Amino acid sequence: MALSKKTEKCVFTFESTADAMNMEKHCKECAIAGRIIPVPTSITAGCGLAWCADIIEKENILKFIEEKAIKYEGVYSVFLR
Amino acid sequence: MIYFDNSATSLVKPESVYAAVLDAMKTFGGSGRGAHNAAMNAARCIFEAREEISLFFNGYGANNTVFTQNATEALNIAIFGTVKKGSHVITTENEHNSVLRPLFYLEDKGDITLSVVNGNKNGVIDPKDVEKEINDKTSLVVCNHVSNVTGNKIDIFSVGEICKKHSVPFIVDASQSAGVFHIDMRKNNISVLCFTGHKSLLGPQGTGGLCVKDGFYIDPFKQGGSGVQSFKRTQPENMPERLEAGTLNGHGIAGLLAGIRYIKNYGIGNIFEKEKHIAKMFYDGVKDFKNVKIYGDFSSWDRGAVVGINIGDIDSAVISDILNTEFDICTRAGAHCAPLVHKHFNTENQGIVRFSFSHFNTEYEIKKAIDAIYELNELYEKGEI
Repeated sequence: MALSKKTEKCVFTFESTADAMNMEKHCKECAIAGRIIPVPTSITAGCGLAWCADIIEKENILKFIEEKAIKYEGVYSVFLR
Repeated sequence: MIYFDNSATSLVKPESVYAAVLDAMKTFGGSGRGAHNAAMNAARCIFEAREEISLFFNGYGANNTVFTQNATEALNIAIFGTVKKGSHVITTENEHNSVLRPLFYLEDKGDITLSVVNGNKNGVIDPKDVEKEINDKTSLVVCNHVSNVTGNKIDIFSVGEICKKHSVPFIVDASQSAGVFHIDMRKNNISVLCFTGHKSLLGPQGTGGLCVKDGFYIDPFKQGGSGVQSFKRTQPENMPERLEAGTLNGHGIAGLLAGIRYIKNYGIGNIFEKEKHIAKMFYDGVKDFKNVKIYGDFSSWDRGAVVGINIGDIDSAVISDILNTEFDICTRAGAHCAPLVHKHFNTENQGIVRFSFSHFNTEYEIKKAIDAIYELNELYEKGEI
């Protein structure tokens, strides 16, 4: 098996699982790029869900979040698959 | 999909559980809310479930079997309803936040002093270390039976004997053991046994409860409708209503009852043996991979069917995500709501990838998981993760 290469991603974190699910719902409805991942421990030690997309999508997603008034905690740049 | 997250919730349930929930949804009114046929369908089933659960744990009868949403709620009821202001409480580093957070809250408020017993290098708690912490003010010992991170099992019989000797109440969190291990409340001197329905008892989410020793008083956690003594200003004193304000999850409890009956028919010893076989097969398959680290005590297989691992220094969230996306294998990464276990093993930053098994898992699934870990180990060797 060959894993895809690590590329820079934007990772959005949330204060609650409900907020992460709300993000996924809105993104799916509007075909916004990305997917839910377990939050990398380099961002938050512990548990939780995050929204991960290619870094080039960051500004689009931030704009989308603002438009839809989606609650999120922070956004990070991380190299992931 | 291969499901190895049974410590979080069991995914595969017996067919009888699905059927019982569906039937209950079609036929149940509110238990204790009227004497009509629909209400009585619910009331009879819930009463049967109380009796069955009490027998299952050698508890103190239907009236001392209280239903809650889950083990967390049961533990909160047991801890907050029992603890005395100014007293001392003993717990262990193996606990889940459902025990730690209520106790830390009480400690931070200045209501209690708290001793947290540490395990040995593999995280095993020695009951003698619990006894060492007992003092004149100790009013409670709270511990889990099996750790949700490592699968380590505590000797609750010895802890129960110590509690009996010092006349200290003993609360047991059986979230990870009920349905796999015989638990005898009387033999183990347990004052309150807290359980959840949706894990190894094979019931639906939203079910759980506590079995209380006869005469052991717990203050009500909530107040509200009880179906009896409606003109009384406060919650009725009688059990189980004292601890059960509001309509119960009758539909879920019907499923839980079916789950427990399935376990009784299958044989709890047979479930334990099957889980042990599956977990051991996985453990044996991955333990010699160069970069795989396994956490917990595996010197005996009298333990929970949980194997927590890491591959090198790779983030557990990354490994768990690859297992999901590339291999369709469900595991749990991170801290598993048990922060002190991770402090013990120095995995606070990396987390642990937890594989937790069910007797419904197959050898084929285990082989696929071992192959996946082998591949990830190879990729790690090549620096490709």
